[in-house]
Amino acid sequence: MITALAIVRTPNLFVAVMLSGVFSLLLAANFFILDSPDVALTEAAVGAGISTVLFLGALSLTAEHERAGSANRFAALTVVTATSLVVIYATLDKPPMGDPNAPVHQHVAPWYLKNTPELIDVPNIVTAVLASFRGYDTLGEVFVVFTAGIGVLFLLGANPGKPAQPSRTPALDSTKGLRHYLIPRVVGRLLVPFIVLFGLYVQFHGDYGPGGGFQAGAIIAAGIILFALIEGEDQALRVLPQRALMGLMVSGALLYGSVGVAGILLGGNFLDYSVLGSNPVAGQHIGILLIEIGVGLTVTGVLLSVFFAFAIRGKS
Amino acid sequence: MELLGLYHYWVFAVLLMIGFYAVMAKLNLIKKLIGLSMFQAAVFLLYITMSKVDGGTAPIIQNGAENQLFSNPLPQVLILTAIVVGISTTALGLGIVVRIKEEYGSIEEHEILEVDRQ
Repeated sequence: MITALAIVRTPNLFVAVMLSGVFSLLLAANFFILDSPDVALTEAAVGAGISTVLFLGALSLTAEHERAGSANRFAALTVVTATSLVVIYATLDKPPMGDPNAPVHQHVAPWYLKNTPELIDVPNIVTAVLASFRGYDTLGEVFVVFTAGIGVLFLLGANPGKPAQPSRTPALDSTKGLRHYLIPRVVGRLLVPFIVLFGLYVQFHGDYGPGGGFQAGAIIAAGIILFALIEGEDQALRVLPQRALMGLMVSGALLYGSVGVAGILLGGNFLDYSVLGSNPVAGQHIGILLIEIGVGLTVTGVLLSVFFAFAIRGKS
Repeated sequence: MELLGLYHYWVFAVLLMIGFYAVMAKLNLIKKLIGLSMFQAAVFLLYITMSKVDGGTAPIIQNGAENQLFSNPLPQVLILTAIVVGISTTALGLGIVVRIKEEYGSIEEHEILEVDRQ
């Protein structure tokens, strides 16, 4: 909370962005304490890692300092105070924290907890609910992410047709990225493969432990962004051209959709995985694995495309 | 004691309002976006605190453990996806801010309005 106040107060936007990274990390720790390792993993990878990088990318394209003055400060304070009083008044008849009899815990959640073992047989109930019981929602969310990615590419211009750098010489000039700083470069290079490997572990272990497509996509994207920061964007784009990233985005969303259609073709409902395998539970396993891969591909593709869109914009 | 059990809602409310204040009172567009994502984070916090059950554990079934009490998986699923959707929309907002900077040469709201009036 103190961090949050400091973020709003500081006029230096760079400091504000860094503090919001700290804020996200603290929030992630908080989520973990509240028994949500899946959410904590996502928040740490997305909030503390990727959103900080994206804000910094935007800052490098705009101004670092905020001009003084906020015109209607008193009006805003009045509205805020009034609203917070209303919100706090509304909390007075809420159940206390951790109350097992709270209304939230009475609706469909007990059904999920009880039936996951026999219907889906995946230890991580969060994954089961995400990918199977509420597969429609997740499909929709993947498409929202996908649309946002397309939107950024439209706004900032992607130019997938042309290679980012016409010169074919390997990027040996030492001014790109952080190449001329020895320690970040060595440590970063050591870390990148492990981050990507961890991302893959999170992707495929999502059925059993905390993890899944969303987290894995964010972690892999963070690893590749680290690589891009160390070696310069050109080098990273040579390894992973934008066309390939767009391919990732599209194929992830398509994979998810086609798993749903495959369910129909095999005689079930849309996104009904039970018909995919020899028995319903095996089918569920295959379905969850496939759509998690789809989610992971789309998230990685979108986050990286957005990052490169900002990075390339800064160059030209 | 009754009231102390509700303190997490007030943390949520204060965070929410800090974000809200940033959105309304700050003229800098990036500051507004940071405020907006803080507002989001407050909502995430609310959902996750709701999913907590006293004495519960993370909703991952372990072999051999009987009668475990799990936290509610549903809010966690919702927030998990909401975080990723949130970053995508923030990225979209940042993209718009960058375009505004290029067109108007400023990311301060009043300066943009002035350019528009001319």
